[in-house]
Amino acid sequence: MNALIYAFLAIGAVFNGLGAVALLRFPDVYTRVHGATKCTTFGSIFSLLGVAVYGFAQGGGIGGTMAVRAFLALVFLLLTNPTGSHALARAAHRAGIKPFRAVVDRLEERR
Amino acid sequence: MIVALPFGVAAAVLLGFILASMVRLGIGPTAADRAVALDTINTLVVATMILLGAAFGQVVLMDVALVYALLSFVSTLYIARYLEGGLK
Amino acid sequence: MRRAAEWTATGMFAFAVYLLLATFTGSLGLWAPDELIAGAVLAAVTALATGAFLWARGGWRLLQPQRWILFLIYLIGPFLVAMAKANLDVAWRVITGRIRPGIVRFNPGLHTEFGRTLLANSITLTPGTLTVDIDDGSGDFYVHWINVTDESPTPERVCGSFPNWARRIAE
Repeated sequence: MNALIYAFLAIGAVFNGLGAVALLRFPDVYTRVHGATKCTTFGSIFSLLGVAVYGFAQGGGIGGTMAVRAFLALVFLLLTNPTGSHALARAAHRAGIKPFRAVVDRLEERR
Repeated sequence: MIVALPFGVAAAVLLGFILASMVRLGIGPTAADRAVALDTINTLVVATMILLGAAFGQVVLMDVALVYALLSFVSTLYIARYLEGGLK
Repeated sequence: MRRAAEWTATGMFAFAVYLLLATFTGSLGLWAPDELIAGAVLAAVTALATGAFLWARGGWRLLQPQRWILFLIYLIGPFLVAMAKANLDVAWRVITGRIRPGIVRFNPGLHTEFGRTLLANSITLTPGTLTVDIDDGSGDFYVHWINVTDESPTPERVCGSFPNWARRIAE
């Protein structure tokens, strides 16, 4: 059980770090949204899964509450993160930010 | 009184990533870049709070994290609406 | 009659979420009696406030249990695999810096709002794609693709079998 928790925490930390690096290294706002959303969602899911497994293994009142809360936060992040990033990307495009070195932009052609 | 050291270590690592994301929050050339950085930081803060709650055995921190997640989602949507060109 | 059914469904959903949040608090099974009373009151208020919006335009289909089972299978099967691939893909692109971005358009042929939301969120979390805008009238998806291989792609080219899954789960 401990090995499982450590593995989840390690995977979570690695992918969250990847999200931060992607945020710093990609050239424009759309690619940054790509990296930041995918990596932090995936990494946070594994971090929270680690907490949920820990709470479940601990058992009792506090452990059970921890497991339920971590699982709820997981579901919530999974639902809201892509929605928020979609809203930000759409807002960026409507504010007139062009994709960096885009080969095609069908949304611009529509207007 | 840290009960579970690995959770504390993981929370510290995530804190480092939050600081790294703050660089983009500071230098981001457009307002949209800053909003994306803020969104990333919010997700990382929620994960960090829950890890800290596990590390210290405090369920209260997890309640705070859940409420923070809700409020940060709403604020992200508001910022996006504002960037689109005002609240209509 | 229909209004009453909508309120009841919303209220039961809100009460279930409240019960999940308040587990392990007391004596009555897993819950304390005052938590149950507070949850019932809050669920009633939530139902009165939001019940009329939640089930508009075909939301009733989501109450069929076989759709939930399909959704769970989708979540831990193809979706999780695609998400893991997406992260490795981002890692590769962060290291090599090799991108060829663009915004492409395709029409997956989904008609309900739940189906479109499910597909848009799935697209955002899977390899190399990010939903930027959806045309409400025609159902066209505008997707930022980080590695454009085809300027007028078919839905299968961008997101594989996901439109079929979204259709089976939500329509």
